[in-house]
Amino acid sequence: MTKPTWKNPVVKWIDHRLPIFTFIDHSAIQHPTPRNLNYFWNFGSLLGFILVVMIASGIILSMNYTANASLAFDSVERIMRDVNYGWLIRYVHMNGASMFFIVVYLHIFRGLYYGSYKQPRELLWIIGILIFLTMMATAFLGYVLPWGQMSFWGATVITNLFSVIPFFGDTIVTWLWSGFSVDNPTLNKFFSLHYLLPFIIFGLVFIHLWALHTHGSNNPTGIDVKGDKDEIPFHPYYTVKDAFGLGFFLVIFLGFVFFAPNFFGEPDNYIEANPLVTPPHIVPEWYFLPYYAILRAVPDNFIDVWGWLPVIIPAKTAGVICMFASILLLAALPWLDTSKVRSANYRPTYFWLYWIFLINTIILGFVGAKPAEGAWLLIGRLSTLYYFLHLLVLIPLVGRFEKTKPLPDSISSSVISVSTKDEEPANA
Amino acid sequence: MLRHKFIIFFAAATISGFFSNVVNSAGVAVKPGEEAWTTNGVFGSFDRKQLKRGWQVYNEVCAGCHSIRLIYYRNLAEMGFSPNEIKKIAGSVEVPAGPNEDGETHKDDEPIMRPGKAFDRVVSPYANKIAARVANGGALPPDLSLMTKARINGANYVHALLTGFKEAPSGFKLSDGMHYNPYYPGGQIAMAAPLSAEAVEYSDGTKATVEQMSKDVTAFLIWTAEPELEERKRLGIKVIFFLIIFTAMLFAVKRQIWSRLK
Repeated sequence: MTKPTWKNPVVKWIDHRLPIFTFIDHSAIQHPTPRNLNYFWNFGSLLGFILVVMIASGIILSMNYTANASLAFDSVERIMRDVNYGWLIRYVHMNGASMFFIVVYLHIFRGLYYGSYKQPRELLWIIGILIFLTMMATAFLGYVLPWGQMSFWGATVITNLFSVIPFFGDTIVTWLWSGFSVDNPTLNKFFSLHYLLPFIIFGLVFIHLWALHTHGSNNPTGIDVKGDKDEIPFHPYYTVKDAFGLGFFLVIFLGFVFFAPNFFGEPDNYIEANPLVTPPHIVPEWYFLPYYAILRAVPDNFIDVWGWLPVIIPAKTAGVICMFASILLLAALPWLDTSKVRSANYRPTYFWLYWIFLINTIILGFVGAKPAEGAWLLIGRLSTLYYFLHLLVLIPLVGRFEKTKPLPDSISSSVISVSTKDEEPANA
Repeated sequence: MLRHKFIIFFAAATISGFFSNVVNSAGVAVKPGEEAWTTNGVFGSFDRKQLKRGWQVYNEVCAGCHSIRLIYYRNLAEMGFSPNEIKKIAGSVEVPAGPNEDGETHKDDEPIMRPGKAFDRVVSPYANKIAARVANGGALPPDLSLMTKARINGANYVHALLTGFKEAPSGFKLSDGMHYNPYYPGGQIAMAAPLSAEAVEYSDGTKATVEQMSKDVTAFLIWTAEPELEERKRLGIKVIFFLIIFTAMLFAVKRQIWSRLK
């Protein structure tokens, strides 16, 4: 990489004192990137874009929103009806949250398939999980703000989870609520935190990128870059590819905003919060459903089943522990996965485990939407069991016994043989 | 637009078909049938004549018990009422006038009233929720402003409910003061069948059958819930049309730039 020389005197003057242009040139223009990244590598920049959209639309919404239990619901409806293009901004923000999670799940499952979490990208992965957790907290807090029935009852259920913390549980819940139930002070607090957390995400994203640019992107072969032939500059190749991906994404995103804006929502949230009326089914937003299923999967007779456990853990506590563990365990994945080969393309056994794990997670999502009873509960329990079996047993074992396929000599040799085959018809 | 429809459908089916919470409320109710609302689909729009008829049904029948508190008289202009008509409609009701120049809000224990204006909310039938319950045997008639968004399959549900009243099947235990309606969760609802043939007289000559009135008032409620619907879909068509072309161009540019690599 060469150090750029700046012709524009103003740019030159600034860059000499604060090398911001050199920084941009290094990290977004010249940044050497593996030449074989497929479209699954589009989601990182897409997530950055969505974060900016969410912050921008959120700031505008907050100018018209009132964080008061008796005014919040109507203030959102005023945005929908009387603020110029308020409906557009609000629907963008609302559907943007769902899009954020769809894309982040694709991003995470990309990492799982291609082993992007492995040495030397462990910290990159862990920071990613921190971003994901902060996103979840932000989404939960934001869902409370319109003060509909699901806002209120979702907040009640989720905040109650913290009551299982030993000794301090009830104190913590009272502190979260700023009172003795979800009420006006809770709404105020959640609004404040909902405004704060996105900026923390923004900071974490910078650290995520810093770590990413230290060793560069992983790639579909999972092998390391071996020379200049393996890499191409980020601009124009990946800027244009990301731009195309962004256009494609916007068609889908705005398709929902304009033509099915309430597709991801719960009708109950168009009923104003009422502490005296519990909705027949309290369900979280779709992106929390797999965790909700894990939470509810733990049997009530947990102590009987595990009677020999020296520590007595009530079912609710165990459920909460399982739910948080299901995410936190992912942070240990770089060490749980014992295979030296990154990409599932060269790991015949892991390939199948990966797809089973993905399907299992989707099943958990289904189960989360159903009442916790009968067959659904049983499926939820088996799926929960498999989720942990995959992470704690299968992943460590398969790396030890799997016979991996031979890896290509280099990234360029792997692409060039493929790409000539692909492009022959176009040339003919 | 076919492509756009396809993308929506595809995205919808794959991503959320999986997760969309097939919520079934506690008492499993009969699924409402699909009606062809003018607002359906990508090109959906309001039928203003129908909205006016729907407003008439709301005003003459539903408004006896149900409020639409998110709607102001001025909003009626969006349905095609002229400023003069709105003045007349709003002026036909009385609203509390607030303190007069002497600071009084009441005279002889009666609140001082003034005629309604375009900027007033459509007046609610009851002063408060308790008064509403007292007048309705303990049941609270819900506000209808957002009804078609606040129920699963909202518009179809409202229409099915309004036209779905019938005799309870033998063996069905109907509680006191309740009415049988298979579309309502649990099968019994405090509201009696609100519509009967010729309950209103349409000025445009449309025959006021129960089916017709129900459709009209439901269309009206789609408008109260989503007054932006028409503007949203019209803008959406332009935006998506632009984006598809723009994205196709980006794809061509991408192909060209990447063809430099060989």
